Amino acid sequence: MAELTYREAVIEGIAQEMRRDEDVVFLGEDIAKAGGVFKATVGLYDEFGPLRVRDTPISEQAILGAAMGAAMTGLKPIAEIMFSDFLAVCWDIVANQIAKSRYMTNGQVDVPLVIRTANGGGARFGAQHSQSVENWAMMIPGLKVVAPSTPADIKGLMAAAIRDPDPVLFFEQKSLYATKGEVPDGEHVDEIGTAKVVREGDDVTIVALAAMVPRALAAAERLQSEAGISASVVDLRSLVPLDTKTIFEQVEKTSRLVTVEENPRLCGWGAEVSSIVAEEMFWNLDMPIVRITTPHIPLPSADELEDIALPSVDRIFETVRREVD
Amino acid sequence: MAKAASKKRATKKRAVKAKAAAKASNKNDDIGEEKRLKMWELQLEVRHLEQRAHDLFFQNMIKGTSHLAIGQEAVSAGCAAAMCDDDYTFCTYRGHAHTLVRGTSMTGMLGELMGRSCGMLGGKGGSMHLTDVEKGAMGSYAIIGAHLPIAAGAAWQAQYKGTGQVAFCFFGDGTTNIGAFHEALNFAVIWKLPVIFVCENNLYMEYTPISEVTAVEHPAADRAAAYGLPSIIVDGNDADAVYRVARDAAAKARAGDGPSLIEAKTYRHSGHSRADPATYRPKGELEKWMERDPLKIYRERLGEFGVTKKVIDSIEKDVLRRVDEATEAAKESPPPSDDVLMTDVYADGGSSWRN
Repeated sequence: MAELTYREAVIEGIAQEMRRDEDVVFLGEDIAKAGGVFKATVGLYDEFGPLRVRDTPISEQAILGAAMGAAMTGLKPIAEIMFSDFLAVCWDIVANQIAKSRYMTNGQVDVPLVIRTANGGGARFGAQHSQSVENWAMMIPGLKVVAPSTPADIKGLMAAAIRDPDPVLFFEQKSLYATKGEVPDGEHVDEIGTAKVVREGDDVTIVALAAMVPRALAAAERLQSEAGISASVVDLRSLVPLDTKTIFEQVEKTSRLVTVEENPRLCGWGAEVSSIVAEEMFWNLDMPIVRITTPHIPLPSADELEDIALPSVDRIFETVRREVD
Repeated sequence: MAKAASKKRATKKRAVKAKAAAKASNKNDDIGEEKRLKMWELQLEVRHLEQRAHDLFFQNMIKGTSHLAIGQEAVSAGCAAAMCDDDYTFCTYRGHAHTLVRGTSMTGMLGELMGRSCGMLGGKGGSMHLTDVEKGAMGSYAIIGAHLPIAAGAAWQAQYKGTGQVAFCFFGDGTTNIGAFHEALNFAVIWKLPVIFVCENNLYMEYTPISEVTAVEHPAADRAAAYGLPSIIVDGNDADAVYRVARDAAAKARAGDGPSLIEAKTYRHSGHSRADPATYRPKGELEKWMERDPLKIYRERLGEFGVTKKVIDSIEKDVLRRVDEATEAAKESPPPSDDVLMTDVYADGGSSWRN
């Protein structure tokens, strides 16, 4: 085990797979010589060279289109979209082309690629560089959607995403890039579609994703020490496939469900989770399901405003204490 | 006036005759008889299958929509003649022709248009998404512009692995005004990708003349300079002319010298789609272009090169027979079974998104 930052784990995950498989290639804006604007691709160009790690123009449709064309003819491309907000520029390629091609060709076309992108708020970048858009991706049939919260998961799920035969949208939460954690040495490959119970509890299940996981964990510690409430925390890790089994096991035990989502409220991923639990576990519930989300607003830039927009440890703590009492 | 015109016609006739004599004495020009007969056959296949699709539509046996390439056959046939078997084709919703010339099954194609289980996509794609990966027909893309960068990506694979393959990417004049066109061209040039962008300029973006909505006269060719590419305009109704530019572009791509952009001037004889009677066309325009019908031009061309009427007609007869057989086979095929509805969303063959 070595302690790595979340951004170093990105590099480790990509490098591990590029060493293993020559068909893995990587393209994006400023990812090669510059090492990425978030420094999450430093060293890859030096190790794998200009044919496998390629800088592109500011052309998001070309980046994802080229990744798709290369994937459907035999390569396993990783494409970076610098900020997830920019996915809107090339959403046709994601939603209409990459996601639909296998189905509408009756299985003739494979699109094994990874789109990695820096997602979410916390960096005071303002509305066009801060939104958490994982819910956009979740609603598209044909995509897999991954959003890890720890360096170990970043490495293992990155490796799994690159090896996956389906297109994977891989969200790296930019507020987590500097966070540290233990990462297994040597080859590390995780499994997409598996949630993790990161804290066991008896009274309430808090389901969270990416940057909301450490906040939910911190809130759970306070709930225990300040209110005597014992919370389970589930790190969802991927939205598609969705590990409902793990959620059900926790809800069955705690009879209470809270979701903590960085995406804006309407049609956030927690709405789907709530709907599934309400439909299939209604009689197990002891209280209405509670969703804690960013409000339905574009994100503001000033520290104070952004901090109150995103679900904070305080807001999670207060909301859960109030609802569980 | 009338006299002058008649004199001009006579002069033209003499010139044509002289040209024919010259060609007849030189059967082994740079194209040769075998390739010409192949291009004739491909153009006939497209014409008659498209005509059949049109007829089946009006018998209500084909639903949805269809965008026919009647009048534009020389572009797909001429390019196909320049392709190797493992080259890639990317095309648009007006893609029956480009898919067919790769050698896909007529029954599979008609079956797909008719929503039958024998359809090449099992009834899940329809007219606008014809694909036959085994034949190199990598898909028909129905959102304007999207497949240009995708074709560039397939070319990237060929470049990376050194396979010598070329990606041919067909699109209409309307595509030249969408961002993906410009992104793909710039990208293909800076990466020197073996991709050939073929713009079929049929004068109308859909219902609106392309000249009314485009800043330059030649929507593709006039943009080439912006990407450091030569401006190439070809008579898109002459399969020989198309073949020659496609052959040269493919040689350039295979030599590692990067992409080409070809503007083929052509004309669709019918409207944009089956819903469009094309009443916006000025009087006489269609008639003028009918004189330059690619099949008419090519029938004469074959004659000029000494191919007998018997051979020319027998190829057409054979194509018509195959179209008839495919029609009957597709009609006999049942609709898709319900269980394909939920297959092939993901690589495991299913559509499951949760455990």
